[in-house]
Amino acid sequence: MPRATLPVPVYELHHLVLPNGLRVVLAPDRSAPVVGIGVLYDVGIRSEPEGRTGFAHLFEHLMFQGSANLEKLEHFRYVQSSGGTFNGSTHFDYTNYFEAMPSNALERVIFLEADRMLAPRITEENLANQIAVVKEEIRVNVLNRPYGGFPWIELPAVLFDTFANSHNGYGGFVDLESATVADAAGFFDRYYAPANAVLCLAGDFDPDNAQALIEKHFGPVPRRDRPVRPDFSEPALQQERRGETHDAHAPMPAVALGYRIADPVGDLDSHLARVLLSEILADGDASRFQRRLVQGDRSVTDIGAYLGEFGDPFDERDPTTFTISAHYPDRDGLPGILAAIDQEITAVADSGTLPGELDRVRTRLASQMYRQLDPVLGRTLSFAKFELIYGRAELLLELSTRLQAVTDDQIRTAAAELAPSHRAVVELIPGGAR
Amino acid sequence: MSAVPALTAPVRPRKLSVSETVLDSGLRVIAVRRPGVPLVEIRLRVPMISGRTAQAAQAVLLGETLLAGTKRLDRAALAGAIASLGADLSVGVDADRLSIGGSVLAPNLPALLSLISEILTDASHAKSEVDGERSRMLERLSIARSQAGVVAREALGRRMYGTHPYALDLPDDSDIAAATPAQIRSLHSRLIRPAGAILVLVGDVTPSRGFTAAAKALAGWQGASQPSRALPLPAIQTAPLLLVDRPGSVQSSLRMGSSALTRLDAGYPALQLANMIFGGYFSSRWNENIREDKGYTYGPHSHIDHGVLGSSLLLDADVATDVTAPALLETLYELGRISSLPVTEAELDAVRQYAIGTLALSTATQAGLASTLSGLIGVGVGPEWLAEHPRRLAKVTVDEVSAAAATYFAPSRFVSVVVGDSATVRTPLERIIDVERSSS
Repeated sequence: MPRATLPVPVYELHHLVLPNGLRVVLAPDRSAPVVGIGVLYDVGIRSEPEGRTGFAHLFEHLMFQGSANLEKLEHFRYVQSSGGTFNGSTHFDYTNYFEAMPSNALERVIFLEADRMLAPRITEENLANQIAVVKEEIRVNVLNRPYGGFPWIELPAVLFDTFANSHNGYGGFVDLESATVADAAGFFDRYYAPANAVLCLAGDFDPDNAQALIEKHFGPVPRRDRPVRPDFSEPALQQERRGETHDAHAPMPAVALGYRIADPVGDLDSHLARVLLSEILADGDASRFQRRLVQGDRSVTDIGAYLGEFGDPFDERDPTTFTISAHYPDRDGLPGILAAIDQEITAVADSGTLPGELDRVRTRLASQMYRQLDPVLGRTLSFAKFELIYGRAELLLELSTRLQAVTDDQIRTAAAELAPSHRAVVELIPGGAR
Repeated sequence: MSAVPALTAPVRPRKLSVSETVLDSGLRVIAVRRPGVPLVEIRLRVPMISGRTAQAAQAVLLGETLLAGTKRLDRAALAGAIASLGADLSVGVDADRLSIGGSVLAPNLPALLSLISEILTDASHAKSEVDGERSRMLERLSIARSQAGVVAREALGRRMYGTHPYALDLPDDSDIAAATPAQIRSLHSRLIRPAGAILVLVGDVTPSRGFTAAAKALAGWQGASQPSRALPLPAIQTAPLLLVDRPGSVQSSLRMGSSALTRLDAGYPALQLANMIFGGYFSSRWNENIREDKGYTYGPHSHIDHGVLGSSLLLDADVATDVTAPALLETLYELGRISSLPVTEAELDAVRQYAIGTLALSTATQAGLASTLSGLIGVGVGPEWLAEHPRRLAKVTVDEVSAAAATYFAPSRFVSVVVGDSATVRTPLERIIDVERSSS
C-alpha cells in the first residue's frame, strides 16, 4: 500500500553574493563525477522593445558566438571537447545558459560562462548568420509544422493587452532582420549585468574550491546597475474573448483556452492549488477531462491543462497563464467541448475533489518533481530558477511538503477562477488534408 | 597562451555494480542500486519482432490498450492506482519490442510491480477500448503525417528497407482500421510472455530487494512467447534522390540513410567517432558548415540507429527552400571529404572526449542508466559494455576513423529523400543529382 509520508530528497545548498551583485547558489553532491552550471539572466520575452519581437531569443543565440577571450565556435568546441553538453533557452521572464560537464572541467566551464558575461563578441557577420539560423528555427518549429507554436504564440495575443505580454516571442521576420549590433550592445549593457543574474553550480565539487574559482573568474566582471523590472501585471478579464488562427498544414482543428493568472510568486499556496487542479482535470487516464472527453464522448483526440506558457508552473512571475488545449476531429464540435470543459470545472468548484483524488495527484506530482531533480542539470536549472523567480532556491525542496498542505477548499477556489468570463479562446482552423 | 583553464585530473566514475538474475519464468531481471532521489526506474522490454508488416498495427493498438483496464480495474481505476503510488507508466512499441517504462516512489516498488503483473496477465483489451483507441490512433496518424519530417522519415524508410517491417515508422491506416480486439488479445497471449523478456530496475533499491519484489509480484506471469519468424534486413539498394512534393513548404526536409555497424562489431567505436566528426555533435563539420557558416538550417544531425536486426546511419537537415540545392551540395561535399581525406588528431581527440563524457553524463541518472541498460541488453549487448566502451574509444586511431569514414560515409552509399516544394527545388536539385519524383 502507498506510504502515508513521502520520502523527501535532501540537498545541501550554499549561497553567496559577489561584490558585483552576482547571486550564487552551490549545490554540491559528490555521487557522480559530473557538474552542472547554469546562468540565468533576469530578462526574457516580456522585456523586448517594440519593433524587436524575438530579440531576447536572438540575443541568446548571439551569446554563443564568441566572447572576450574566445573566437566564434570556440565556446562549443571547448565544452564538447571537454566531454560536456551545452544549451540555452529563452523564457517569458528569464533567459538561461547551461552546461553539464565531467567534474574535471569545473574551472573551464566557470571561465566560459564568466567570459561571455564579461563581453560577448557580437559582429555584423555573426548577427547576420544567427538571424538566418533563427529564421530556420522558426520555420522548422512553427511555419513548416502543423500546430507549430500553438498555442504559446497565438494565445497571449488574444489573452493579454500590453505589448510585453501579448507579442510573438519567437519574433516576426521583419523585426529579426532589423536587429543591429548596436541593439545587441544596448540589450547586453542593460540586462546582462552580473547583478541581474543568478549563477548555480550543482554536482561534484568542493564548495570552498568552487567559491574561489567563481570569485576568480566572475569577480572581475564590472558591477553595473540592476535594471528595474517593470510591472507587467494585467487586470483580470471580465468578458470572454475569442480569436482564431489559420494553419495551412494542420489536418484537424485545435483549441486553446487561456486564463489570466495573477502573481503566482506572491501567493504560492494558491498557485500550488492551481497546479494540482491542472492534474485533476487533465493529467492521465484517471483525470476528469480524459474520462469525459477522450474516453467518454470521444469528442477530442487529446487534451491537456498546464500552467506557464511552456508548461512549467514556476517559470513566470505576474502574469502567468492557465492553459487548456485540445485537438478534435469534428469541425463543429467546439461548443460541445467548451460546455463539457466548463461543466467539469464547475463540478470541482461546486463539489470539490473526490475521495483519494487530491492525494493521488499530489503524490504523483511530488514524484515527478523528484524525477526532474535527479539529473545534475535538472537540479542546476531548477535551483537557479527558484532563486531568481522566487528568491529562494530552497523552496524547490519544500514544494512536496507544501503540496501536502493544500486543501480541498483551495482546489475549489482555484477552479472557481476558471470562469468563462476570465478567459480567451483561440480556435485553430485547419487548412491541411482531410 | 590561452586564457582558457586546463582540465584537471579526471575523476573516475564509481564502478557500476550490475546484478542480474533469471526468474523461474525465464524473465531476466537486471538491477542497479543508484540512490539519489527516492525513486526506482523500471524498464520492461518484451521482444515482438516479426516478419509480418500487419503485426505493426496490431502491436501499436496492443500498446495503446495495455493500460486501458484489466478484469479487476477499469481504465480510470488502473490509472488512479498507478498515480497513487507516485508512479508513471507508459508503453512504447516499435518493430523490435514492446516496452513498459516508468518510475515509482521507491517504497512503492512492490505495489507497482503487482499492478504491472496484473496488466501483463489480465489486460482486457476490451472492444470499447480498442474501438476508441483505433479511431484516436487514426486521428493521431493524420496529425503525424501532416509533419514534413514524418513524411520524409517514412519515405526514407521505404527507400532503405522496402517492404521489411523496419521500413515502417508508423503503422498503415488500413492495418489499424482492420485490427480487431480478438487479434490484439491473441497477439498479447502469444508474445507478451516472460521468457526472453528483460526487466531493468535502477534507483533507490538494493538488487536483492528488487529481485525479491519482482519474483513475488510477477510469479503469475508465465510462458514463452511464440514469435513469428523475423526476416533478415535487406541490403540497401542505391537509387536516385526521391523528391516528395509538399506544395508551399517553406523548408525542405533532407533525409539520407545507409547501413552501419552494430555495437558488437570491433569497428564500431571508430565508426561512432567518425559519425560525430561528420555530423553527430554541434562542433561537427556538417553543422559548422551549413549552420554556423552558411545559416542554411537550424541544425543538421547524423546519428546511428540500433535495431535488433541491424544498425542504420541516418542524416537529417531541414533547410530553407531557396537553399535546398546548395545545402545538398555542402552535404555531399562533407561526405566526400570525410570519406576521401583523413580526419585530424585534434578532431579525433575532441570527439573521443565528447563520446566518453556524454556516456558518463547519460548514465549518471537513474532514468538514463535504466534506458541505456535496457537498450543495450535488448539488442544483445551486455552491461559490461558500459565500462569497456570508454577504454575502446580511448584506443581508436586516426587511421581507424578515416577507414571507417571511407567505407560508411561514402556519398555513393546513401539513399536520399527530400520533402519540399517541388516546383521550386526540383530543377536546382536536378543540376547536382539524379532526382526521382514521388508518385504519391
